[in-house]
Amino acid sequence: MSQMTFARAINAGLRKSLENDPKVVLLGEDIGTLGGVFRVTDGLQKDFGKHRVVDTPLAESAIVGTAVGLAYRGYRPVVEIQFDGFIYPAFDQIVSQVAKLHYRTRGAVRMPITIRVPFGGGIGSPEHHSESPEAYFTHTAGLRVVTVASPQDAYTVIQQAISCDDPVVYFEPKRRYHDKGEVDEALDPGIALPMDRARVLTPGTDVTLVSYGPLVKTALDAASAAADEGVSVEVIDLRSLAPVDYDTVVSSVRKTGRLVITHEAGQSGGLGAEVAASITERCFYYLEAAPVRVTGFDIPYPYSKLEMHHLPGLDRILDGVERALGRPNSLSGLEG
Amino acid sequence: MSTDKTGQGGTAAPEDAGHAQEQRRELVQLVTPAGDRVSHPEFDYWVRDITDEQLCSLYGDMAVVRRIDVEATALQRQGELALWPPLLGQEAAQVGSARALRPDDFVFSSYRENGVAYCRGVDLTDIVRVWRGNASSGWDPYTINMATPQIIIGAQTLHATGYAMGIQNDGADSVAVTYFGDGATSEGDVNEAMVFAASFQVPVVFFCTNNHWAISEPVRLQSHIHLADRAAGFGIPSLRVDGNDVLAVMAATRVALERARRGGGPTFIEAVSYRMGPHTTADDPTRYRDANELEDWAAKDPISRVAGLLERKGLLTEELQQQVKDKADAVAREMRAGCTTMPDPEPLDVFKHVYSTPNSWLDRQQDHYARYLASFGDPAGAVSEEGAR
Repeated sequence: MSQMTFARAINAGLRKSLENDPKVVLLGEDIGTLGGVFRVTDGLQKDFGKHRVVDTPLAESAIVGTAVGLAYRGYRPVVEIQFDGFIYPAFDQIVSQVAKLHYRTRGAVRMPITIRVPFGGGIGSPEHHSESPEAYFTHTAGLRVVTVASPQDAYTVIQQAISCDDPVVYFEPKRRYHDKGEVDEALDPGIALPMDRARVLTPGTDVTLVSYGPLVKTALDAASAAADEGVSVEVIDLRSLAPVDYDTVVSSVRKTGRLVITHEAGQSGGLGAEVAASITERCFYYLEAAPVRVTGFDIPYPYSKLEMHHLPGLDRILDGVERALGRPNSLSGLEG
Repeated sequence: MSTDKTGQGGTAAPEDAGHAQEQRRELVQLVTPAGDRVSHPEFDYWVRDITDEQLCSLYGDMAVVRRIDVEATALQRQGELALWPPLLGQEAAQVGSARALRPDDFVFSSYRENGVAYCRGVDLTDIVRVWRGNASSGWDPYTINMATPQIIIGAQTLHATGYAMGIQNDGADSVAVTYFGDGATSEGDVNEAMVFAASFQVPVVFFCTNNHWAISEPVRLQSHIHLADRAAGFGIPSLRVDGNDVLAVMAATRVALERARRGGGPTFIEAVSYRMGPHTTADDPTRYRDANELEDWAAKDPISRVAGLLERKGLLTEELQQQVKDKADAVAREMRAGCTTMPDPEPLDVFKHVYSTPNSWLDRQQDHYARYLASFGDPAGAVSEEGAR
């Protein structure tokens, strides 16, 4: 066990994968000499060489498109998209190629590609550096989409993603890169909780609070604040966004009868809508109240002086919990 | 020509200067449209080993490929295929290049390179599988070292470049070859592929078939200079070759392959040809192109050109022609039979191969749909199309 930041934990996981499988190659902008703009790949090119940790020209479609070619050749590419908002030039290669090639070739060609994306806001950046584009990818058949919310998961899940024979979009909560946590590097990713499973972080009996990525920490803080007022909140880290591990959420909601889901991404057509619909379908007679979404707004990511209004914080989440409990809240008295 | 910048009083507008420059780029040709073998100081070397027998074989390949194309077009007209992208007129570009490849080279092509697929040894039924709607791809890429055809324009050039990065890492001397059209050269992916290929000096050949038309858009809309000239901007050597001259195409491809094999990096080949047919069987070229243009190109037909050459060499015997015809007929028969007797996919195949590992979302949907199908009383899940709707 050792204390490690998220960034360091991902670095350690990448290193482990590079050591264990000679077919693992890393591609991205500034990931070599510099070690990535967040230093997640720090030191890897030095230790594994320029052919395994490749600084690429600045073209996201080509980074993903060449990864497709490498996968055709039997490689296991891990690509870094420098920031969430830079992924769109690669959208066609991800959606039309990476996601569909296994289906297109009736299973003959595998695409074991991991696409690492630092995502989410809260770091005071200009436009295009703080987005939460996960729903575009969860809506794309053929992809697996995962997030991490602890250094231990960051370390383990990156290795599980790389060894998965399906393509995985791995979202890294960038505002948590420097947060520290315990990491057991001896934990075998093969026996750890699989990446497509959700995890109950704090058991509770009154409300189920579902989140993922950077907001998991905020959700835990909210649960702790609610506990001070005698409300027992069960916090679930979804971890996998496609597919969502509904069995875990369903058992929780059948117990609590109330559901709040929170994410940074805009509300309409987001993960919250998907979870709310699926849980309503599967838990309708167990629900004591309508599912509540506490999310970012349907706006372009705002300039940083206003980003804290857009990002769900502890108080907005608690307000959502009150709503789920039918207690006085900011929308009390409002119809529908 | 005048380069009067004012555009007043001069004899030519500034854009004409560009046209004049364009004319200067050599078009490599080893056989004239009439079928005369012309010698070339540089490129003769690259086809010096081609025997009369091999020449006859190239002629045969091109005739068979044309027969495949004609048969597939007929199958579409008869309702057996939903769509077909004819390659009529591009036989030399496809056969000349594909016959230069080694089995361990890997092809990433567009949907029109069915002649290349034939040369790679594809199962004939697999050629039409996609166009009949029975699958999203016809063949297992690893059986013939050719990726299944790409429909997104130009996307495959990046796959070839990445594959070539893998070849380089492996220390192998095989080559990735990517085929695309004139329209594709405007796509970002093709330009990005050339940037990456040049930066990493990987063994990839960019084989651009300039067939003059991207559906209804003439090549002039894509580029004001020869497509081959664009490569220089990426630091990639290029060749501009008569795409209807099978020998010249083979020579150019061999030059590029040799460079790639000995670590010399990428080459861009512009094979100047012509799409004699429509873009696909759903297209109507009479709406956008002049019949005279078609006539001009018919006079440069790639197959009659080789036939002319064979005739001059006394090789175009009745026996050869009969052999070629028999082979073409047999291939067409086999493809037609394979097409019309192809079993329909099973309803639950719709869920297959989306993932290679179990996926809880999809497994649930499949389970529910199987139950729905079973509700019609057939546990095997057979249901009429009306039922499925």
